[in-house]
Amino acid sequence: MAVTNYILVCGGTGCESAKADAIYQNLIHASQTEGVSETVQIVKTGCFGFCEQGPIVKILPEDSFYVQVKPEDAEEIIKEHVVKGREVKRLLYNKDNSKKHAKVEDIQFYQKQFRIVLRNCGFINPEDINEYIAREGYAALEKVLFEMTPDDIISELKVSGLKGRGGAGFPTWLKWKFTKDIDDPVKYVVCNADEGDPGAYMDRSTLEGDPHSVLEAMTIAGYTTGANKGYIYIRAEYPLAINRLKLAMEQAREYGLLGENILDSGFSFDVDIRLGAGAFVCGEETALLTSLEGNRGMPKPRPPFPAVKGLWDQPTVINNVETWANIPVIILRGGEWFAKIGTEDSKGTKVFALTGKIRNSGLVEVPMGTTLREIIFDIGGGIANDKEFKAVQTGGPSGGVITKEYLDTPIDYFHLQELGSMMGSGGMIVMDEDDCIVDVTKFYLGFTVDESCGKCSPCRVGGRTLYNILDRITKGKGEMDDIDKMRSVGHAMTKASLCGLGQTAPNPILSTLRYFEKEYHAHIKDKKCPSGKCKELISYYILADKCIGCAACARKCPVAAITGERRKIHRIDQDLCVKCGICYETCKFDAIYVG
Amino acid sequence: MDISRERLDEILLEHAYDAASLIAILQSVQEEAGYLPYPALLHIADQLRVPMARLHSLGTFYKAFSLEPTGKHTVCLCMGIACHIRGGQQVMEKLQRNLHVAVGGTTADRKFTLETVRCLGCCSLAPVMRVDEHIHGRMNQSRAVEILQDY
Repeated sequence: MAVTNYILVCGGTGCESAKADAIYQNLIHASQTEGVSETVQIVKTGCFGFCEQGPIVKILPEDSFYVQVKPEDAEEIIKEHVVKGREVKRLLYNKDNSKKHAKVEDIQFYQKQFRIVLRNCGFINPEDINEYIAREGYAALEKVLFEMTPDDIISELKVSGLKGRGGAGFPTWLKWKFTKDIDDPVKYVVCNADEGDPGAYMDRSTLEGDPHSVLEAMTIAGYTTGANKGYIYIRAEYPLAINRLKLAMEQAREYGLLGENILDSGFSFDVDIRLGAGAFVCGEETALLTSLEGNRGMPKPRPPFPAVKGLWDQPTVINNVETWANIPVIILRGGEWFAKIGTEDSKGTKVFALTGKIRNSGLVEVPMGTTLREIIFDIGGGIANDKEFKAVQTGGPSGGVITKEYLDTPIDYFHLQELGSMMGSGGMIVMDEDDCIVDVTKFYLGFTVDESCGKCSPCRVGGRTLYNILDRITKGKGEMDDIDKMRSVGHAMTKASLCGLGQTAPNPILSTLRYFEKEYHAHIKDKKCPSGKCKELISYYILADKCIGCAACARKCPVAAITGERRKIHRIDQDLCVKCGICYETCKFDAIYVG
Repeated sequence: MDISRERLDEILLEHAYDAASLIAILQSVQEEAGYLPYPALLHIADQLRVPMARLHSLGTFYKAFSLEPTGKHTVCLCMGIACHIRGGQQVMEKLQRNLHVAVGGTTADRKFTLETVRCLGCCSLAPVMRVDEHIHGRMNQSRAVEILQDY
């Protein structure tokens, strides 16, 4: 019997954590009990990107987009949609609550997106190589092996203008050319999947949703540069991505697309996985290679660059997951096609992880040059809970903030840097009026201090100094000359640190001082946190006109600081209060005020 | 020691007694024993002919390794930026108070070890708490405590 319906269930980490697997199992079970198991094909795919609305189930050919599905909805989906041909309206995504059919292309979240890297995520079953092949998978590998010379490939990449997506934005073709031009029988290809920026998860989703695209690209790089061995260095915190990669490698070997004598071309290439053991600095390429060799992951001075002297001192091409995922498409559709997308400075697309106080958090892929306003307000749906937009942080702990005035800046490597931020790996954290800039900056400094490997003193000592000053300021003990101190320590770190981690660690401070110096002044001079975030500078109060005396907060208070008679207004004893905020979280009547 | 010598030799053999795979070897030991027992490290150093200092330097550098025994369950709070601005810090402080441990510590009954991680990459579920392999999203102080009661 022919298959009439395809049911795609999101199997990304976000949706899996929200019981997507149970939905998948229940759908299979229901299709069997309803006797339609032969006419529906149920597939677990990679991430759809629209994580805010997960778990997501999409049904083809109707293109019905079901959101926030629960395991117990599976039976209804099969009975109503598949058997009776009636959409389950209550599960459809539509923002305006009109009962109109919500097709994927009608959803604003997807309208301005352009997917190259995420082309297969949410379309194919990442655990089946045949589905990847059906969408032109491994066609690029076949093309390079039989129709292109290594020089052809490099010139195609040069025309495409592809730059490394890991953060620094180094031209990919040049990296490959350095390695190719060296006459050495032993070379390596490495995939950097040690995604560490807090709030960035595009690499994980790419590997979970489309692992073969990375394997194919690495094999192409092996052929181009003359390497026969590749390593994927991936965070151990990503178990799903690791399993899917391992499965993909097995299947590719079985099909003769990886291993000895690939497609009878005489070229051999194989890949191994190495798990990161939890060190952010290993995302820096020289540190990653040192870790691959079985040592403490500490960076080395460059030059020599890894392209010349990398893993075990051999020439090594090392690229980030997102960069790899672009390669097969560039080979198939041509560098010129790719170069038409994006801006003068930056070609192609970029995947951003949109998180924080945004209505539609998720993964979005847009052409370079799209403005921040389009990403945050059109795709992201604006700020959650109708709050006021304050700033967006890009580039993670190496980046900076961008304020309202610059929302119309086209995003590319050049413009972000001009604003004092950077592309980084593509984390985009949206902050609203309730977020304290000093607190967020302290968070990033705390992160880099924690993750500094300690090898060079500008980073080890400088970072700690900056953190201590910020800590002082958030506790109301700052002084006005702290601001100049931070600037001067920051500039010294930028100039003198050994690797990118230390060189960019002061960026969050330098950038927030540029746009939000007044907020620092409020903490230092007035000893006030205007956003009500810094614990030492705030107090919790009960609003008399809203408190109904339900005592819910008093029951939860860990230090019994809240007292009052039942059905009467309660009060908080400020001497006892430890400012844990549980009263604020518990109160259903907005009666707790932070100020 | 929480891992037998025979098992250690098997792990070493799986990695062809190659010192370049030291991190992977230690990851296997950590996974099976729950920490890196000192006698196990001595045995590995001896077998691979690498100085004990190198093992110690790896064991203290990477967050995945612990030189002390850990609890039965590992409670890991995500301290990524998305979780931070949605209140992850308060959840962590609540658990510290309830479990009477600092971050990295193990409860007196050896039931829970409290850890933090910098971003699990499911930021739309922020704040996120992971108990062993299980991810719980949209945490707040009360829910976090309730979830741990089920263990």
